[in-house]
Amino acid sequence: MAHTTDVRDTYAHKLGNNRWGLWLFIISDAAVFIGLFITRFILLPGQRPELDQTIGLIVTVMLLASSFFMYRAEVHMRHGNLKAFQRSILTTLILGVIFLLGVVAVEWQIAHFGPADGQEGAIFYVMTGFHAFHVLTGVVLLYWVYNNSKRGVYTKEQHWGVEAAAVYWHFIDVVWIFFYPALYLIGTVA
Amino acid sequence: MTFLSTGFVRGLIAQALGTLAGFAFVTGIRALSGLEPFDPVEPALVSGFAVGALAFLFGVGVFDDWLKWTRGISTSDHQEHDPEKPWWYRYLSVDFDHKVIGLQYGAAAMLTMGIGGSLALLFRTELATANVDFLEHFIFGQIFGEDHTGASLFNTFISLHGMIMIVTMLLGVGALSNYLVPLMIGANDMAFPRLNAFAFWVNIPGAIVLLASMFAGGFDTGWTGYPPNSTGYSAMGVSLFMLAVYIVGFSSIFGSLNVIVTIFRMRVPGMKLFEMPIFVWAAMATAFIQLIATQFIGLSFLMVILQRLFGMNFFDSTAGGSPVLFQHLFWFYSHPAVYVFILPGLGLISELLPVFVRKPLFGYKWVALSSLGIALVGYFVWAHHMFTAGMASYLRVPFMYSTLLVAIPTGVKFFSWVGTMWRGKMRFDTPMLFVLGSVVVFLLGGVTGPPNATVASNLHLHDTYWVVGHFHNTMFGGFMFPWFAAIYYYFPKFTGRQMNEFWGKLHFWLMVPAFLVMSTYQMLTGLLGMRRRIAGYDAALGIEGYQVIVTWAGFLIFFAVIIFAINFVVSARRGEVAEGNIWKSRSPIWQLPNPIPLHNYERPFRVVGEPYDYGDPNGHPYVDLDPSDDAPDEPTTPSDSEEQQAPGGADPAPAPTGD
Repeated sequence: MAHTTDVRDTYAHKLGNNRWGLWLFIISDAAVFIGLFITRFILLPGQRPELDQTIGLIVTVMLLASSFFMYRAEVHMRHGNLKAFQRSILTTLILGVIFLLGVVAVEWQIAHFGPADGQEGAIFYVMTGFHAFHVLTGVVLLYWVYNNSKRGVYTKEQHWGVEAAAVYWHFIDVVWIFFYPALYLIGTVA
Repeated sequence: MTFLSTGFVRGLIAQALGTLAGFAFVTGIRALSGLEPFDPVEPALVSGFAVGALAFLFGVGVFDDWLKWTRGISTSDHQEHDPEKPWWYRYLSVDFDHKVIGLQYGAAAMLTMGIGGSLALLFRTELATANVDFLEHFIFGQIFGEDHTGASLFNTFISLHGMIMIVTMLLGVGALSNYLVPLMIGANDMAFPRLNAFAFWVNIPGAIVLLASMFAGGFDTGWTGYPPNSTGYSAMGVSLFMLAVYIVGFSSIFGSLNVIVTIFRMRVPGMKLFEMPIFVWAAMATAFIQLIATQFIGLSFLMVILQRLFGMNFFDSTAGGSPVLFQHLFWFYSHPAVYVFILPGLGLISELLPVFVRKPLFGYKWVALSSLGIALVGYFVWAHHMFTAGMASYLRVPFMYSTLLVAIPTGVKFFSWVGTMWRGKMRFDTPMLFVLGSVVVFLLGGVTGPPNATVASNLHLHDTYWVVGHFHNTMFGGFMFPWFAAIYYYFPKFTGRQMNEFWGKLHFWLMVPAFLVMSTYQMLTGLLGMRRRIAGYDAALGIEGYQVIVTWAGFLIFFAVIIFAINFVVSARRGEVAEGNIWKSRSPIWQLPNPIPLHNYERPFRVVGEPYDYGDPNGHPYVDLDPSDDAPDEPTTPSDSEEQQAPGGADPAPAPTGD
């Protein structure tokens, strides 16, 4: 009896802990975005900032597509198809970078207002800035996961890193599904 | 030399270098892009301190294992300890053991409590007279720069007192949760030990930035930092203060995440939720508040910083912003935050009371759920801080009712305590005295609450010293006194010795009456017209005499805490050796030897009874630490469990089920 294995020391149980931790973190992180979302409608009720619709549509499509490839990557990993996994995760990563460039290097530069120009500027830059920062951390995470997969860290049975990166990436995507209409579609141009 | 190699010192050096580097980087960019590099200096200063805080965390080494993971290197779950190093080395470096982290939190809390309390003495001395005179003394100009007036220094001190005490209580909550929860649920550590270390160490650079704000012009906004005062008219100390709060917020978020996962996933196999010690429920409710609400104070303060640094207009009403929006975001955290401070304290009262009354906890299930009830209702009361702020007036009555609703789950706790004490055999050891003091003081805090919640009286009481008296009652009754009770009670668990009872009782009999005098006269001066946050007041109010009483009471409290501190240090080194279960508690913590061994429990214990069945001579004990020996359903006689728990067996302690 002295050496009964404690269920809490098993891999399966620790994986469960990790999932709890990640989802609690996402609930907490979502609170920031909810706060920003509310702020946007309080400060600019019935209006929206004047933005380039084409760029907005392009980056949104890029991010949604990246989530698809992230899903593919996870499925490939579950099937033990390492090459296809790496291809998919690299595609996700590149699409994420395109999104980042589209927002920060294009949309921020061509916008008619700077951060200091009224509520439009304040809201647009704080919402896209916060989201872009999360995308950036997601891209870094994907890069680490990609690198570790080349080192053979993940197997088809044990790949918590892949799963965590995927859940986080989908979360970032869901946030944008709320932010895109809030910034680009709802209300009349201010 | 050993001291200089601790993670703490490496962190401090890294923070200093990081701050300089961040400052130089932003200044350089400003110079290169044709801006005046040092005017304003605020963007570079804030960036510098932000980089410095990050550098501290790299320097202290909390990221080491995670960085290895990103490079595909796996790390061991157990840290190696160099036996050559002195015992304190672990406490000044990154350590994953929850007991070490709990004590790190506790020591940091005592340190910040001392600083926050000293600041209170400074502005209390100022308030003893109606005119602004004491803080005008030239010595303060020498320390804080000549551009400080007595009044602005007063405002900085009250603001810092508020914020530092909040940090103190957050650290204290971290200490209690981290130290007690794994032991109570039979785990050998928290679910995420590395995250736990991160959540502690992030407080240190945060506290340093907070104190640095004093030397960057201070912040005279009060701890609430309302715009437009904080965005338009304050010195840049306000940016550092808000940055510090942002940094410390990471501790709340990740610490609480860890507590929740630990409670739900790391309980000893077989322990059901309603079989947990009652404190664990309080820790869980607290963690649920911290996990979500903390984000909102972070967001509101970050928006103030963005407005100050980049001119992003959120809160300037003359240009379409909304200062009331700030208050909504701010109070959405800062009201629930008071429940973060009191719930663990109230949980401790429920935990300790049955031990000293020798009776079961009255209404265990209701007390457990009342903590969650307070946490839940606490999310819907925030706007009661804003009845006078110019928010939509139809919001007033709903928030009045939701606020009054808090009295119901809180009342459940009070009835449970009274029901537990009813006809019990009380022992008046120092921890019990502090528990009883908590109940009385928190009751005062409770009954002075409804006048604030009711809109009609709130409009008159808002921003008076009545409110100051009220919340000091709740904070001392809900956190400070239970905190001291916990230290006296659990002291043998981390030192192996007992605190001196005489000096402990003296601490109690000085501090609690002095506190009652202080808060009563605070409320009285408030009713007589004393406003909060002013350095000088009209002598014609006729309250100078009362102010002197409050000031003296404040000094007496400080004196009592010094007695406690001396008692703590002396008892830790030369106190009476505490063998075994000195309070005759049923808790699994007290079935372990003093001090607790490195890996807590040798094997998972088995829950065989109720946690609080005191006073039943034939009952089961709560837990069986050595479940392999006897069948689970066979009642363990007191003498059996005595043999198991008395370490060394020289002087066996009475059985845990005794009386």
